[in-house]
Amino acid sequence: MNEKGANDQTFRFRNPSQVENILSQYPDRRSALLPLLHMATAEAGYITQPIINAVARIVEAHPSEIMETVSFYSMLHTAPKGEFILQICQTLPCSIRGADNLVDHLCERLSIQPGETTKDGKFTVMKVECLGACDIAPLVQVNNDHHEKMTVEKLDKLLKSLS
Amino acid sequence: MTGHSDPARFEPVLTRDVHLQDSHTLRTYVKGGGYASLNKILKGGGPDDVTQEIKASNLRGRGGAGFPTGKKWEFVPKDSPKPKYLICNADESEPGTFKDRLIMNKAPHRMLEGMIIASYAIDCHKAFIYIRGEFYKEYKILEGAVGEAYEANLLGENISGSDYHLDVVIHRGAGAYICGEETGLLESLEGKRGWPRIRPPFPAVAGYLACPTVVQNVETLACLPDIIDRGSGWFKSIGPEQGPGPKLFCLSGSVNNPGVYEAPMGVPLSELIYDFGGGIDGGKALKAVLPGGVSSAVLTAEGIEGLNMDFESLAARHTILGSAGIIVMDESVNMVNACLNLARFFAQESCGQCTPCREGTVWLVQILTRLFRGNAQRKDIDLILDVTENIGGLSDLSQGSYGKTLCPFGEAVAWPVRSFVEKFQDEFAATF
Repeated sequence: MNEKGANDQTFRFRNPSQVENILSQYPDRRSALLPLLHMATAEAGYITQPIINAVARIVEAHPSEIMETVSFYSMLHTAPKGEFILQICQTLPCSIRGADNLVDHLCERLSIQPGETTKDGKFTVMKVECLGACDIAPLVQVNNDHHEKMTVEKLDKLLKSLS
Repeated sequence: MTGHSDPARFEPVLTRDVHLQDSHTLRTYVKGGGYASLNKILKGGGPDDVTQEIKASNLRGRGGAGFPTGKKWEFVPKDSPKPKYLICNADESEPGTFKDRLIMNKAPHRMLEGMIIASYAIDCHKAFIYIRGEFYKEYKILEGAVGEAYEANLLGENISGSDYHLDVVIHRGAGAYICGEETGLLESLEGKRGWPRIRPPFPAVAGYLACPTVVQNVETLACLPDIIDRGSGWFKSIGPEQGPGPKLFCLSGSVNNPGVYEAPMGVPLSELIYDFGGGIDGGKALKAVLPGGVSSAVLTAEGIEGLNMDFESLAARHTILGSAGIIVMDESVNMVNACLNLARFFAQESCGQCTPCREGTVWLVQILTRLFRGNAQRKDIDLILDVTENIGGLSDLSQGSYGKTLCPFGEAVAWPVRSFVEKFQDEFAATF
């Protein structure tokens, strides 16, 4: 995923027909940008310069325009992330239900700062804003899964189950 | 997640099937009468009849702005040679709001039928669902529902044997609150940063790729099948006539039973908190309520007395129904910390395009941090009010909108922050 010299390589999507399929759904090529970036992330783990170049060619835009878009969105990463991305919601409804000490606890346990990844590449901890699941606050999302009504104890158990 | 209401007084509409195991499937939706409204309009008098029926129902948008739906459709130019687009705004991101997620999870075909009805009314043949990137499970459910609809000829060519055709594309966002704002959403759909546009032109005239575009919230679309089925008169009979209908309310924060509850528009807020929500967590006293997500002005415990949850009643108390994300705060919640929390949210999510918002939100976080840590002075209170004025203009809703930014985000920052400072003056003053 993070091979040396990765930026010198050319990126090709594994399934070119899927690229064509995405493009065919939109009236113009540029609109296909986010779906292509999602697909690239699923294949490569994060957005590399070769991906930006490849996608720029596909949607017929300059790589700098692609980079401009990429840099706007919190789900598009330009650096490798851990195998498990732990997103801890910080927003008011979660905060009221006791989310405030979860990040500190987690970072202490993993000896990293928010936004960082553990040395073994296993965990990335991210402070995030509202994930739209305030009914089960405080919420911790691990990759695509919700873990509800989190406490320090439940967080420890969760870490154990992922280790 | 819950989705029920007191059956003795009100029969749920939007959530009536959500308790069923397979409520998300086409089979279950059709068994409950689903897609009958679509077939009714395809055999009916044409798109204008649909628009008139929706207009007569007084349905107002459920995404936050509350704009009349039928009127929005009428703004679409009929003589435009350009293609017309419908976009379902499923970018639900307002803190305290999780109602659209319930519809997507449990009633995706209701939303889809609403999309087809709306598309038919505005002569659209390609519609998009712009779904929040983080909602992966909901994306997969919608993908399944759209697939089922194509197989059953409810999408695609010659829908149900008519000469109407429609394609629906699901488009995932990638993490940006501002893309829930309709012009930010359009930019994002076009593969760009989600920077809101200057209006006019409004999207109905020049939206996606400069073509006429109607953007509707998930819940708004989910209202359409029953309006067509039971008529605008029925819809108008539920709650206040100028903004009626069944409504989803989200309860979060210091309540015993957080969740989504369906009730008639205009339901008393106290009924939502104490009956549906089971009262305040741990038997504590109520301190404050944000009635419409973090973008609404906060209300005190006294301020919610006799308050009904509808557009006009909330405007009369200088706040908004917004996305109906009701965040309840008990006596133990520190108001300075709560205000700092939402200021931080806005600073994080400001798109950075307009200077007052980009800079002002960061200032607010800095000043509120000083207050929270006890390092502030009295003049910092005035500074907060000054900064909110600079970002959002006058906070008096009865005087209309005076925002100083391209999009309503500026006002969405200014109103709540100012309301915290003004309504909880003593608590703010106690920090210095």
